[in-house]
Amino acid sequence: MNIAYGIGAVAVVTVATLVIGTWGLRFSRTTSDFFVASRSVRPGLNAWAISGEYLSGASFLGVAGLVLAYGGEMLWYPVGWTAGYLVLLALVAAPLRRSGAYTLPDFAEARLDSRVVRTLSSVLVVAIGWLYLMPQFRGAGVALRSATGMAPWAGGAVVAGVVLANVLAGGMRSITFVQAFQYWLKLTALLVPLMFLLVVWLHDGGTSPAASSTVVGGASGFDWANPLDVAGDHPLYTTYSLMVATFLGTMGLPHVVVRYYTNPDGRAARQTTLVVLALLGLFYVLPPVYGALGRLYAPDLVSRGATDSVVLELPQRMVGGVGGDVLTALLTGGAFAAFLATSSGLTVAVAGVISQDVVSRRFEGVTSFRISAAVAVAVPLAMALVARDVSVATVVGLAFAMAAATFCPLLVLGIWWRGLTAAGAFAGLVLGGGLTGFAVVDRLVVGRDSGWFAALVAQPAAWAVPASVLTMVIVSRLTRHRVPAHVGRFMVRLHTPEAVQLDRS
Amino acid sequence: MSDRGEPRPVGRPARVRVTSPHTERPRRGPRPTVASEIDAQSELGEIYLAALLRAQLRLAVSTVSVLGLTIGALPVLFWLVPGLTSHHVLGMPVSWVVLAFGCYPVLVLLAWRYVRSAERNEREFTQVVERW
Repeated sequence: MNIAYGIGAVAVVTVATLVIGTWGLRFSRTTSDFFVASRSVRPGLNAWAISGEYLSGASFLGVAGLVLAYGGEMLWYPVGWTAGYLVLLALVAAPLRRSGAYTLPDFAEARLDSRVVRTLSSVLVVAIGWLYLMPQFRGAGVALRSATGMAPWAGGAVVAGVVLANVLAGGMRSITFVQAFQYWLKLTALLVPLMFLLVVWLHDGGTSPAASSTVVGGASGFDWANPLDVAGDHPLYTTYSLMVATFLGTMGLPHVVVRYYTNPDGRAARQTTLVVLALLGLFYVLPPVYGALGRLYAPDLVSRGATDSVVLELPQRMVGGVGGDVLTALLTGGAFAAFLATSSGLTVAVAGVISQDVVSRRFEGVTSFRISAAVAVAVPLAMALVARDVSVATVVGLAFAMAAATFCPLLVLGIWWRGLTAAGAFAGLVLGGGLTGFAVVDRLVVGRDSGWFAALVAQPAAWAVPASVLTMVIVSRLTRHRVPAHVGRFMVRLHTPEAVQLDRS
Repeated sequence: MSDRGEPRPVGRPARVRVTSPHTERPRRGPRPTVASEIDAQSELGEIYLAALLRAQLRLAVSTVSVLGLTIGALPVLFWLVPGLTSHHVLGMPVSWVVLAFGCYPVLVLLAWRYVRSAERNEREFTQVVERW
């Protein structure tokens, strides 16, 4: 293909991102603007921004690739990534906003009155953030190489550079506008080419990708379409554990949580989440269709192990010519936007935590935030450059499991149960973080093929989350005399609507 | 009863004005509101807040349960009824269509229902607090 189109698309998205970011800068003046956009983003715009931020490269390119390679069982990923917002809405959205904290460690400290739990939460935020950022930079490298011919390290470095420039310029406020723009860019970039591809597919006779006669990589259409990995050892366990990780992990992702503080009040936080669910549902209908079409038009990608590029390859193969080049350019721009948006959100979240807990002792306000942003980007970029080959979705899945086993219990118990103590939260966070951390290391370093142990470690959420919750509850009961004295007042603040005039100090 | 302008009948004791002791002197400050009771963490405030918390928690648990019983039940359903994969709709297996397209409207519907009920709970709470 003509790589000029790909480079052009990346350049346009970069320039548009920087221009919108700079435009947003006109509104960013105070430290509060930088961290949480002074909490004045209305629900519609905020929902666009949250969706724009959430739909990462794993969603834009990864889902289609996974569906092409493994079939129906991979449809649980987008469903789980969306359903996570319903759980977040029901259990934490409004109280989290009303807690009035900037970050997850802020919440932990305000609720439990403990510096130790705060520090542990900060470590976990940074760990989850970097675990999530690293595959973004790697994935960007892979995607940009196939579209523009850049060296693999260059794509990640470009994404890191643009993210840093944007965050340094405007912080959260300019990120809000950038991410809102990027949601619509991503949706358009996936939707418009798909229309053309479906017309071509119908014109070609509309063969079903799931027809038993369609055999790709040794899998018949029937086996491929099955939403359970019946060929695997433990299909039900794997599916349910993935569900637990994605349903419960969403609320604990640092870049998701930080956006909730930008809502004006608890009611707006709920409205925002409702719109987010609709926007995500709209988007996630599309990638599996690319994956299914790939089975008919790009089956060789499976044997070459290059399924992640199926979204970028299809227009060339199905439309071809200048039309194919233009559609590929649009998809490349969308993919680049996907990597940018998620990386920006994670960078703001991680930088916020590093800034508040480490750097602010030496530097003040905005300077501290900017230094932290540089650190927040540099470390995962270095990790991405040196790490061995790991699939984007695998690492992202583990980040979800870790969030589900640590911050989900902390948030849910902290919001709904007065009995949670600092000791209980600490024990649960250590155990949940330790178990999932072990699974991360085992998965990335050792790698196992079969057997129950491999299945348990590959999808740790189903056992790590209950273990963490039980630990929090049991240790809290054992230390019940140490329930913070102010917990009643904190509960009042979390759950009373803003319309009621209360002392919210 | 008023004694304004009424002539006193001869031979009867002077009327004594009977008043409630409460009206003898002005009350000190306004009556406490529910909001101030909640602020003071009095027993009464706790009761109101506990009622709101219970209502919201019940709603949250019911929403998550419905999620578990609908989308959460799909893997078992697909496991028990493999025929859903061999039967095709729109060129794709039924199980595929349900999972790839059918889940999202259910999620949005559940979210919409939750938001409506949660706001109603809060509105009722606010009304009680302000009416009193």
